Amino acid sequence: MDRYTRTPISYQDPQDRIHNFEEVCLGYTEEEAIEEANRCLKCKRPSCVPLCPVNIDIPAFIAEIAKGDFGEAARILAKYTALPAVCGRVCPQEEQCEKTCILGEKGEAIAIGKLERFAADWAIEKGLKFGRTEEKKGHRVAVVGSGPAGISCAKELVSLGYEVKIFEALHEPGGVLIYGIPEFRLPKERIVRVEIERLKELGVEIETNVVVGRTVTIDEIFQEGYEAIFIGSGAGLPVFMNIPGENLNGVFSANEFLTRCNLMMAYRKDAETPIRVGKKVSVIGGGNVAMDAARTARRLGAEVHLIYRRTEKELPARLEEVENAKEEGIIFNFLTNPLEILGDEEGWVRGMKCIRMELGEADESGRRRPIPIEGSEFVFETDTVIMALGTNPNPLLPMTTAGLQADDKNRIKVLEGCITSREGVFAGGDNVTGSATVILAMGAGKKAAKAIDEYISKKLSNKA
Amino acid sequence: MAIFEILEKKLLAPNIYSMDILAPRVAKAALPGQFIILRVDERGERIPLTICDTKREEGRVTIVVQAVGASTKQLVSKEVGDYIRDFVGPLGKPSAFVNEDIGELRKKKILFAGGGVGTAPIFPQAKWMWERGIDFHIALGARTRDLIILEEEFSKLTDNLYFATDDGSYGFHGFVNAAIEDLVLNEGKEYDLCIIIGPMVMMKFTAMTTKKLGIPSIVSLNPIMVDGTGMCGACRVTVGGETKFACVDGPEFDAHLVDFDEAIRRQNQYREVEIERDHEYCQLVGGLING
Ligand SMILES: Cc1cc2nc3c(=O)[nH]c(=O)nc-3n(C[C@H](O)[C@H](O)[C@H](O)COP(=O)(O)OP(=O)(O)OC[C@H]3O[C@@H](n4cnc5c(N)ncnc54)[C@H](O)[C@@H]3O)c2cc1C
Ligand SMILES: Cc1cc2nc3c(=O)[nH]c(=O)nc-3n(C[C@H](O)[C@H](O)[C@H](O)COP(=O)(O)OP(=O)(O)OC[C@H]3O[C@@H](n4cnc5c(N)ncnc54)[C@H](O)[C@@H]3O)c2cc1C
Ligand code: SF4
Ligand code: SF4
Ligand code: FES
Repeated sequence: MDRYTRTPISYQDPQDRIHNFEEVCLGYTEEEAIEEANRCLKCKRPSCVPLCPVNIDIPAFIAEIAKGDFGEAARILAKYTALPAVCGRVCPQEEQCEKTCILGEKGEAIAIGKLERFAADWAIEKGLKFGRTEEKKGHRVAVVGSGPAGISCAKELVSLGYEVKIFEALHEPGGVLIYGIPEFRLPKERIVRVEIERLKELGVEIETNVVVGRTVTIDEIFQEGYEAIFIGSGAGLPVFMNIPGENLNGVFSANEFLTRCNLMMAYRKDAETPIRVGKKVSVIGGGNVAMDAARTARRLGAEVHLIYRRTEKELPARLEEVENAKEEGIIFNFLTNPLEILGDEEGWVRGMKCIRMELGEADESGRRRPIPIEGSEFVFETDTVIMALGTNPNPLLPMTTAGLQADDKNRIKVLEGCITSREGVFAGGDNVTGSATVILAMGAGKKAAKAIDEYISKKLSNKA
Repeated sequence: MAIFEILEKKLLAPNIYSMDILAPRVAKAALPGQFIILRVDERGERIPLTICDTKREEGRVTIVVQAVGASTKQLVSKEVGDYIRDFVGPLGKPSAFVNEDIGELRKKKILFAGGGVGTAPIFPQAKWMWERGIDFHIALGARTRDLIILEEEFSKLTDNLYFATDDGSYGFHGFVNAAIEDLVLNEGKEYDLCIIIGPMVMMKFTAMTTKKLGIPSIVSLNPIMVDGTGMCGACRVTVGGETKFACVDGPEFDAHLVDFDEAIRRQNQYREVEIERDHEYCQLVGGLING
């Protein structure tokens, strides 16, 4: 293999994997990982590092893999990220670290994400643990939400010696990692739950079934003796299109469909929660969420169509997931937009009225704006419609917390990245940015932990 | 974190049980009109149930549940001393009257209309009013006399307690909406507010009746839910032409603005799957609990 060609990685065969929920990408073997790691030039001024949102020392951990010291590679990763096994799997690498890898100029970039995953998985399998905690400071901090933002904030705080408690609304911690991203892309038992157990071992307490704003308020958490609060409540509110027929039976938000399947494990025979997939499913959207919903529906036995109003080039989903989806037989319908969902006499979806689109000038997002082609309406037969059009933050916390300001999309307003308008309250992740990525949410949580540490230290020195 | 212990269990009517669960945070925060979601075990469904009473000091929350399908049957098979895996709440908005001026409320002529298991959720609301010296009447409907629940509890709260049974075995012979019509048209009763809670169909017809009689009305909707926090949209209902998420915007809405036909249709979305599950469950437990 020459320096410019990526070491191939194995995937489950598409014909098999559309019948199961096992992980699609099987990961590198030790030999393959070493081979791939050996391609890295260990650049003195690596162009990959600045594009990683948490600035992992990429050449350093890859060099350890090349040497065969996988544990050391994992230890380096743990210095920068609380969830390497997760990020190695779900980061949009082609837009981040791998985008600027020097080898990409002449050939294929190093498979940084896959190597990260390899080292992290190796450490999990061997039961290696890296978290260190400083001496307890006797100060308590509360974290709202247990998604990537909350997890990384809690981990950072506990290692600084704080007593940390996470309040989570759902019955299981993990946020989108548990309820949104499917098992076949991110194994729950083997990866997510293990990472959360680690957090608990470090001393972080997690109380599930607490909806902050309803069960307790931010004020009451302060009254319970917490000195600062980090809010990592995500962006969970699904967006609908507001077209006629959206409340027909058989129309779901991707959140509902994925939550039933992931959190409630409806794909398993022994789970009580039902899920309904018709024979011909249409997923509206083109992001990671749309791909996940489409591939889930495929595994539940349906013919699946993806309906996207732009072209393949503009798909916001990760490249790997688009490729996987195609291999699994998802049928892509580009330049198509639904106008109305049509129902039968009993109120079940029977089809969609759609219109063809063409691309016009670039809009403020830099992507070319889709414009409807007049007179091109047609009826598309389908019996299930899944809306994957994005999400907004839930207004509950700003609504129930005096002094906590949010903008018109319910995004919490912050200064310096994480300081909210309410004293002692910090925020980060999707609830500040709108839906983004796991690694950005983690970066935000980590940054907020530092700010919280400074805030509490300053308060103490003022008192002294 | 198994704290959600069953402290008490009572059979109120065939297949209808009340259960007291230890849930201090919920007991402390709950207001009338709100609900909880529970999960019996790690494979369980998230079941929404109205909060029927609370005892703050003891951290108790009372729920009343009718065993209609696999999950509710599993719940009522649990006994005192057993634990419920998950119990989260209070969810939804409290009843609007909680924020109204007490003086104004005392001047209003209020009627509660309950049907079937929807009788129980009226209790916390009626109790809240009773504690504040607000007068109200209650009309309760059931298929037959045996299915009437909480009669004794309600009779302590008001002297104007009316019953309607489909078979005429107790009180008015007919549906509760007909009973209300009778109260207003034949008995000379007047009401400025009607709070209706019960099965969707009962709410639909009662809302039609109160609309005809010109009585402003509130219903407490019970659509299918998953998370109960505004994350999935399963609970969406059309109210006044707008889509609302019942778990965060409700569960109480203006009865005369709700699209009941849509709500009823949406509630049956999983019917086929559920009947199958129910059947499996009954076979599993040897048909011990009849549905
Ligand atoms: C289906 C899907 C696929 C995705 N795929 C990718 C991908 O491939 N790569 C990628 O980088 N990103 C992906 N994302 C985006 C990524 O998952 C999110 O950006 C990330 O999870 C945000 O993290 P967070 O911690 O801010 O919020 P979340 O993960 O949303 O976690 C928030 C948590 O807070 C809890 N919570 C909310 N309100 C309250 C409250 N009031 N009280 C208590 N708890 C509360 C929620 O229940 C939840 O557990 C995907 C998202 C989805 C939905
Ligand atoms: C806000 C809210 C408050 C509720 N309060 C109470 C309560 O105080 N006491 C009580 O007994 N029940 C209450 N319910 C209804 C209760 O949640 C359902 O009966 C239960 O989820 C059914 O689960 P199952 O698996 O046992 O039955 P399933 O097998 O799921 O359903 C059995 C039958 O009940 C119907 N059904 C399904 N879901 C609901 C629903 N959400 N509401 C009404 N019918 C349904 C189905 O169409 C089906 O025919 C409430 C529901 C909501 C949303
Ligand atoms: S965390 Fe994401 S961006 Fe950073 S190195 Fe890993 S895969 Fe690349
Ligand atoms: S830019 Fe590419 S080759 Fe250079 S250190 Fe980073 S991964 Fe290695
Ligand atoms: S139950 Fe999920 S949004 Fe209401």
